[in-house]
Amino acid sequence: MRVLAAMSGGVDSAVAAARVVDAGHDVVGVHLALSAQPATLRTGARGCCTAEDAHDARRAADVLGIPFYVWDLSQRFREDVVEDFVAEYEAGRTPNPCLRCNERVKFTALLDRAVALGFDALATGHYARIEAAPDGPRLHRAADPNKDQSYVLGVLTSDQLARAMFPLGDAVKSDVRAEAHDRGLAVADKPDSYDVCFIADGDTRGWLEQRLGSRPGPVRDQDGALVGSHGGTYGYTVGQRKGLRIGRPSSDGRPRYVLSIEPVSRTVVVGPAQALDMRVLWGDRARWCAGLPTGPTSVLAQVRAHAAPVPARVDHLGDGQVEVRLDQPVRGVAAGQAVVLYDGTRVLGSATVTRTSAI
Amino acid sequence: MTSHPQAVYLDHAATTPMLPAAIAAMSAELGVVGNASSLHTSGRRARRVVEESRELIAAAVGARPSEVVLTAGGTESDNLAVKGTFAARLEADDRRRRILVSAVEHHAVLDSVQWLAEHAGAQAVWLPVDRWGRVDLDALRAEIEADPASVAMVSVMWANNEVGTIQPVAQIAALAHEHGIPVHTDAVQAVGHVPVDFAACGVDLLTFTGHKLGGPLGVGALVAVRGAALTPLLHGGGQERQVRSGTLDGPAVRGFAVATDVAVADLDTEAQRVTRLRDALVEGVRAQVPDVVLHGDPTPGGRLPGNANLGFTGCEGDSLLYLLDAQGVECSTGSACQAGVPQPSHVLLAMGVPDPELRGSLRLSLGHSTTRADVDAALAVLPAAVARARGAGVASRVG
Repeated sequence: MRVLAAMSGGVDSAVAAARVVDAGHDVVGVHLALSAQPATLRTGARGCCTAEDAHDARRAADVLGIPFYVWDLSQRFREDVVEDFVAEYEAGRTPNPCLRCNERVKFTALLDRAVALGFDALATGHYARIEAAPDGPRLHRAADPNKDQSYVLGVLTSDQLARAMFPLGDAVKSDVRAEAHDRGLAVADKPDSYDVCFIADGDTRGWLEQRLGSRPGPVRDQDGALVGSHGGTYGYTVGQRKGLRIGRPSSDGRPRYVLSIEPVSRTVVVGPAQALDMRVLWGDRARWCAGLPTGPTSVLAQVRAHAAPVPARVDHLGDGQVEVRLDQPVRGVAAGQAVVLYDGTRVLGSATVTRTSAI
Repeated sequence: MTSHPQAVYLDHAATTPMLPAAIAAMSAELGVVGNASSLHTSGRRARRVVEESRELIAAAVGARPSEVVLTAGGTESDNLAVKGTFAARLEADDRRRRILVSAVEHHAVLDSVQWLAEHAGAQAVWLPVDRWGRVDLDALRAEIEADPASVAMVSVMWANNEVGTIQPVAQIAALAHEHGIPVHTDAVQAVGHVPVDFAACGVDLLTFTGHKLGGPLGVGALVAVRGAALTPLLHGGGQERQVRSGTLDGPAVRGFAVATDVAVADLDTEAQRVTRLRDALVEGVRAQVPDVVLHGDPTPGGRLPGNANLGFTGCEGDSLLYLLDAQGVECSTGSACQAGVPQPSHVLLAMGVPDPELRGSLRLSLGHSTTRADVDAALAVLPAAVARARGAGVASRVG
């Protein structure tokens, strides 16, 4: 097969590409330029898509003996991931940009282009497994539970999975580093990347403030009493405890958390931890890589990349809407987060949370 | 001579294979010890090689040997010309802060001017170009006459590296000299490809380099009239007229000189031959892809013989580059790389090329090793590559 290997400049995607080469495929490496004005050097472990990362990816491709190109997808990334990220926060929601990037940039813009140019598949360094089955490919959690990235791939459709290759799905991270060493890849010891790749210093609130400006509003408790003020709802996310700047302590002396955000009145509502416990989630933009459920289905629901999955019943309400009833409460679910649904280790589908309820 | 056995190398404007005579001359020197600045027999021998080379270079471009400052290549020559002239002119008269420079210069000039503007009090004046990329002489005249005493220098390239358009350098020099303003021209793409006579064209400073005309990489020259005010950039032994320091690379200088001599001697027949091949390539593409656009001056003699900059609306140059490379046809996109990221070409932007054409531009550049078979091989794969790349679309517009 002709395989396009996405190479970020990190160790995972380099080893993934190497494994595809070993499997006998005709491989071409590509590095995505996701910023029109990339920084020259990485700052610590943060950020990606710097000139240094492009260089590292190119060197890895050299070692593997495969052709390598840099493709400019910065405009798509800006529109579909960065601007979406800002708009979501502006609307009082908490987006997951990695998921959006997989959905719209890597497995749409890049994959579509690869297929149009004659490639059969796209390989990435994601930790997740694809198992072939008579009814189509099945997406499963990775063998390494600490690295499992099936959550951020929960948005993929079965058509996209049919063109995807995740050569690291069975691997453990430490083995991947050792393998990189053995293969003579200089990125073997490169630190993992964390946080939002386009916010180099990790200061999401400061970054959003630059784009959205000061938008002050009230902080109120559940009874509507004014307990403080804030510079912009985008600085807050449901479940947040730190940085609330509340002058007056709560009547019971317990810590308070962000319970909800009301973007129109710019109100941040705070309250006790137990008020964060949610039993029902409603979502839209449902995607079913395992096929549309025929009725209420028992699943495991996961609401964050590294949250524990919770038993639940999911009901498809039609038009991409779902209702997820959790068997046990989950603390702090924000609108905008994805809920990914599993059957054991298998990903069934996902939806974007729009609303939550405690009962 | 080519990058791999089946490769059709159509990227001579990036670098062109060394001429056999230059390889032989350079190889002969590589095994011989000698620093051209040493006073003993080995040093004298090395110096003789360098000076004979300098004479050969000077003769080939219509300059005196003493006017040839040897450098490490085009980028260094451009930096020395722009920064060295600005510093010297400003020191003599601190009103001289404006640098008049075409908007389509190579980054070696562009970024030097930008640096001076940001760090040394220069004022950059970008001269507009027409749709073919030729500098607007009226705009140049107007800028000079607005305040001649404030102009430090003028820099306009001889021929453009992306679209091949040849600039009216002699007219530019004449205009500037009416007010005693020095003129630099980056002739990296021109020497050995179109007639270049330093004395006749009237410029004060002229950049060219070895590897664009069949010589080795890493060696070039700044031809500077006697008395040109130049502040050095590289300080040290003062080897080159006290303007440029650094031990001269004798073997490379020898290879550079022989290549320049051969390229200029063969220029008439070679330019005709390459022009015919280039025209066959462009016509061949046009026959199969009728909506192709040729960027740059289309008139005979208006552009470099080997240059074909083609615009294909509705696809990404990156996609084309990949598809052609996969089939052994090597060329470049019409964009420059900054920090590893392809950027829209400042040259095409300055020419007013619309965005869809900008993204899908490809530079095919022919040279001394190009044959009819190369052109045919490119024509055999290019139309299908364009069709496929158009199917893949423009990344920013899909969805």
